[in-house]
Amino acid sequence: MTLSLGVPSKGRLMEQTFDWFADRGITLRRAGADREYAGAVEGFDGLRLVLLSAGEIPRDLAAGRIHLGVTGSDLVREGLADWAAQVAELAPMGFGHADLVIAVPAAWVDVDTLDDLDAAAAAFRARHGFRLRIATKYHRLVRDHLRAHGVADYQLVDSQGATEGTVKNLTAEAVADITSTGATLRDNHLKVLHGPPVHASQATLFAASGADWTEARAVLVRLAARLGVALPDTFG
Amino acid sequence: MPDTAATLATAARLSAHFRAAGAVPVSADILQPAETLLDLYGEDIRARAYVTRDPVAGEMMLRPDFTVPVVQAHMANGAEPARYTYEGAVFRKQEAPGARAREYLQVGYELFDRTDPAAADAEVFALIATALEGLALRATLRPVTGDIGVLRAAVAGLSLSDHRRAALMRHIWRPARFRALIERFTGRGPLAEARAALTDRLRAAPAQALIAEAGPVIGLRGADEIAARVAALLADADTPPLPAAEVALMNAILSVAMPSRAALEHLRALEWSALAPALDRLARRLDALDARGVDTAALRFEASFGRSSMEYYDGFVFGFVAEGAGLPPVATGGRYDALTAVLGQGRAIPAVGGVIRPALVAALEGAR
Repeated sequence: MTLSLGVPSKGRLMEQTFDWFADRGITLRRAGADREYAGAVEGFDGLRLVLLSAGEIPRDLAAGRIHLGVTGSDLVREGLADWAAQVAELAPMGFGHADLVIAVPAAWVDVDTLDDLDAAAAAFRARHGFRLRIATKYHRLVRDHLRAHGVADYQLVDSQGATEGTVKNLTAEAVADITSTGATLRDNHLKVLHGPPVHASQATLFAASGADWTEARAVLVRLAARLGVALPDTFG
Repeated sequence: MPDTAATLATAARLSAHFRAAGAVPVSADILQPAETLLDLYGEDIRARAYVTRDPVAGEMMLRPDFTVPVVQAHMANGAEPARYTYEGAVFRKQEAPGARAREYLQVGYELFDRTDPAAADAEVFALIATALEGLALRATLRPVTGDIGVLRAAVAGLSLSDHRRAALMRHIWRPARFRALIERFTGRGPLAEARAALTDRLRAAPAQALIAEAGPVIGLRGADEIAARVAALLADADTPPLPAAEVALMNAILSVAMPSRAALEHLRALEWSALAPALDRLARRLDALDARGVDTAALRFEASFGRSSMEYYDGFVFGFVAEGAGLPPVATGGRYDALTAVLGQGRAIPAVGGVIRPALVAALEGAR
């Protein structure tokens, strides 16, 4: 029995994940031709590398098809209902940092905080007859955040790409999007609201609560010791 | 999970109980236009209701409650006064796997009557109480009542500008935001500090100059709207802070949780004249409940009850909770006068209603 580890199949996220494991004495690499999504592991027995699209890893973890997975914490929290019941966070990996933030036009000199956004939304609805639109693809995270802060009179509109352009295109009044430097938002004449982000995301090693752990558990305990990761009680 | 025979039998019995009280049976479409519900509840309803799309009618929701369609039907063609009952499934999305029911029966009673609100409140409460009486349940059903009208009267009575009062009134149903706003109005705390920093910047130059300097005006929210809020912010900054004594009074009201008669005395003893009309209404309701055989010396009253879950209720609210059973309330209800105005297209009628969940009643009976 082996322990399966899902890792993003390409790009910086894959390379940095390989580096992270290499720093801990485990070599991960793609096997065979560059286009094949097969992986090889050296330096640790019983670990099987599965290369997957980063966006699919939350779903595969939730279904228990893989024991472990590396993906952005934003994708897990957005993609899985009651995520903490379905996966356990084993280790934040210190790369792939990006913040999910709410941004409004820079010209809104009267809006700095969620407190302001709420008041502006009330006035906007009274003036325009519909609720202030926030474009995002992170519906669950943004809605939970705004509910927790008691913001009303807004609506989320779906935007799967080029979200920062929606305000200029008159399909939204504000946006909620992932950013690492804020440069793209600034280029589009948007500013980030003050205060903590909706979510501070980074690449994270997750374990699937619903996977078959009968034999994999022993491998995980050994792996955790090698990685220097503390296991939650349910996995220890 | 399909309804058990016990649940269906309970639903039939409750429905008969309401019809015997003079209610006319009504039904409602399972597919409801999403727009009406979104306008009423805001974006939160998307997290709680199933949304689907009809090729012609657009966005639809699986009926999350009966009150809205029943009110719409009454406002369109109902005679007054009116008593309705309904029996059917409602649908609520649940985030936690295996948690509460996603689809469950509700049996409800709604009363539209403009003659005597206190008697109407008492009628609905007593009718639901008698429907649940005499059952051998494994847990004690504890009724809890509240009154959003008392909270609204308190907000109306605070020494606030109209602007601040409207902001607070808008957030009665969001307790955390309500608290944060009150703190800001006292001039202390993180929100007040952020606001002071903002107004300092806004004082530096005329609004149009600040806007021009900040960047191009993009989107539907125009420079005039930004400038209007800048003016409102500057005016608000000169508003005197909410006196500490009034904050203490508000907190004293919000923390009332005791038997109804004692709660009424307690609220009267605060000697706040702004509350007097609302407390008179509460007193009339308690008398009407007494007249229907409800023991108001024991009936629980919690001033904050119904604030986080029942956005359209604006007066009397109540629930029946099975003590220690870890279940949602078996029955809930309240007065929703403002909702009839929102859905009535210019007309309004005082209304009060409540629902029972037969599956919970059956579960509590079956486990005895």
